[in-house]
Amino acid sequence: MALLEVEDLTVVFGRKGIEPTVAVDKVSFTVESGQTIGLVGESGSGKSVTSLAIMGLLPKRGVQVTGSVRFEGTELLSLSDAQMRDRRGRDLGMVFQDPLSALNPVITIGKQLTETLQRHQGLDNKQARAEAVELLQKVGIPDPARRIDEYPHQLSGGMRQRVMIAIALACRPKLLIADEPTTALDVTIQAQILRLLSELVANTETAMIMITHDLGVVAGLCDEVNVMYGGRIVERAERYALFAEPRHPYTNGLLGSIPRLDMPRGERLVPITGSVIDNIPWTEGCAFAPRCPNANDDCVQGPPPLEELPGGRMLRCYHPVEPAAEQPATSEVAR
Amino acid sequence: MTQTAEQIQPEAPGTSDVLVSVEDLKVHFPIKRGIILDRVVGHVYAVDGVDLVVRRGETYGLVGESGCGKTTLGRALLRLVEPTGGRTVFDGVDLSTLDGEELRRMRRRMQMVFQDPLSSLDPRQSVESILVEGMRAHGLAKDRQQTGKRLRELLDAVGLPSYSLYKYPHEFSGGQRQRIGIARALTVQPDLIVADEPVSALDVSVQAQVINLLEDLQGEFGLTYIVIAHDLAVVRHISDRIGVMYLGSVVEEADSDELYQTPLHPYTRALLSAIPVPDPVVEDSREQILLAGDLPSPAKPPAGCRFHTRCPWRQEQKCATERPELREIRPGHRVACHWAEDIEAGKITRHEVEPELVETEVGPRDVPDTPVTVTDIV
Repeated sequence: MALLEVEDLTVVFGRKGIEPTVAVDKVSFTVESGQTIGLVGESGSGKSVTSLAIMGLLPKRGVQVTGSVRFEGTELLSLSDAQMRDRRGRDLGMVFQDPLSALNPVITIGKQLTETLQRHQGLDNKQARAEAVELLQKVGIPDPARRIDEYPHQLSGGMRQRVMIAIALACRPKLLIADEPTTALDVTIQAQILRLLSELVANTETAMIMITHDLGVVAGLCDEVNVMYGGRIVERAERYALFAEPRHPYTNGLLGSIPRLDMPRGERLVPITGSVIDNIPWTEGCAFAPRCPNANDDCVQGPPPLEELPGGRMLRCYHPVEPAAEQPATSEVAR
Repeated sequence: MTQTAEQIQPEAPGTSDVLVSVEDLKVHFPIKRGIILDRVVGHVYAVDGVDLVVRRGETYGLVGESGCGKTTLGRALLRLVEPTGGRTVFDGVDLSTLDGEELRRMRRRMQMVFQDPLSSLDPRQSVESILVEGMRAHGLAKDRQQTGKRLRELLDAVGLPSYSLYKYPHEFSGGQRQRIGIARALTVQPDLIVADEPVSALDVSVQAQVINLLEDLQGEFGLTYIVIAHDLAVVRHISDRIGVMYLGSVVEEADSDELYQTPLHPYTRALLSAIPVPDPVVEDSREQILLAGDLPSPAKPPAGCRFHTRCPWRQEQKCATERPELREIRPGHRVACHWAEDIEAGKITRHEVEPELVETEVGPRDVPDTPVTVTDIV
């Protein structure tokens, strides 16, 4: 049995009188224990909402979450708030993008860490503090015994993110969800944090869902990558296969848009035309069709299904990029 | 377009190859404390002695992490912040000698593109009004018909439909807003555009569109760019030459291919190795140089080489005591490291660095630990 099974997860935002917005549309994936899964997409692709829905952190009012999220066989969506609270922190850990707004500014980092330990592991003050110091040490904070009594604003961005990771891993969760954990950080600090995450995950056999917009981050970290667009998964593949042979025009477009350090200079980037606001709703066809270089009439007739290809790859496209043969350059200038 | 260019060219354009030269530019922000008496308790050494030269028609990239002073340098270049020391010579004119009206007229020739297009565009002005404002200020919008024609040409050049003129910034997507910001910079026919993180607020796919646009416009209008960004991959793609900044000074400067192939400064090496490449095969085999610890506070920069606290190649001699000069090691390749040659030749090897505690900075945002008392002031 998989550690986490997400099936047809759908999140709709909307209230009376307001046109409902489908943020996540029938997303399904599984995470095996010890595995690292990537969720990649641009802003508005629904990747963060997916993670919040799994964690049960979406507000109750004005949001409809349907489908199923099973963690070790237990349906998380039907748990009560109290039961879910118990799961969070113990079985499921989460690292957010901006540690300054995720940490409480008026409580010392030590208190925020021991809080988690005391609640879930029933340690007393002294034990929890000792454990907290050890955790801070483990995530690479110099002089943890002193730093433990400091407030979040006294730490640098990278150090704050380390504290967040320490809190998330405090109770040795089986699954860690990292939502853009390095986006707010500088590259040299990003490298430190990514190294830390991958080491911790490997050493403790924690499964991880890595949510990011940066394909470079995914390339070095994830076993399997899900590419999301407009709230749906459009392509899923094992990482080597995905980067070597992107089949969905969106994945291919993303890879063509990134300036790469290891490529000779002077080559022009091939951007995806238009922007997310050009999307059409999935009910009318492929949401990406208005921006897609391969789009044809049938793309706007009805939505393409997510189909399995040989090699275990999943693809949602009527006119995928042909492997090996280079795809003709997309219309040059994006206007 | 050429005819209008002639109309507004009172000063003879310099004949020299160099458009901008910066000499020992310094910007130190005072840190003040006290309620009645403003005592200066220290300085943030945001830019601390930068020399650089930007040639006509080239793209110069300034890259560095947050807090390295790249944005302040860009602003000090245009005298948007007053430099503490040093000077900028723009097309043969020393900007520090200019005042009021002269400076204002000079500003027409150097424009800026900002990072966040939403906050740098007035939400209550239509695009037309945003674009015309600068032209009016410099007396370029005398003829209504011609102005209208010019605006449509500009919008076309940045890839926006002409009916955009009557819309407001909120009606556009992020990428389109950045195009408006670029069009606004172009309205006054500048020679130099300083683009501060022009694409970092945009999604990857849109980022590529704007990068391509900047490249096209450079060819079309013969612009010189200074591109400031934290993303070395973007900077390398767009720039001819790159200056790498660390804690207020340029530590390495080279042609952008050369910089990537043979980085000489330890910081550049670490920076290059930290950037993830979207290719798992490369990622798996890549040797990473992880830097220990954080960037020291620019209010208390380390003595000697600014980078020595985090440098994996740090040596016993010189590093902690002597500040390295930016010296030319090869033609066009300058580096500020005492040991650059030895490191390149492999005579010095990398060692582990213990992360040092970075003292929290005494910034203006920080509340003083103890409130200043009256007796204290007296």
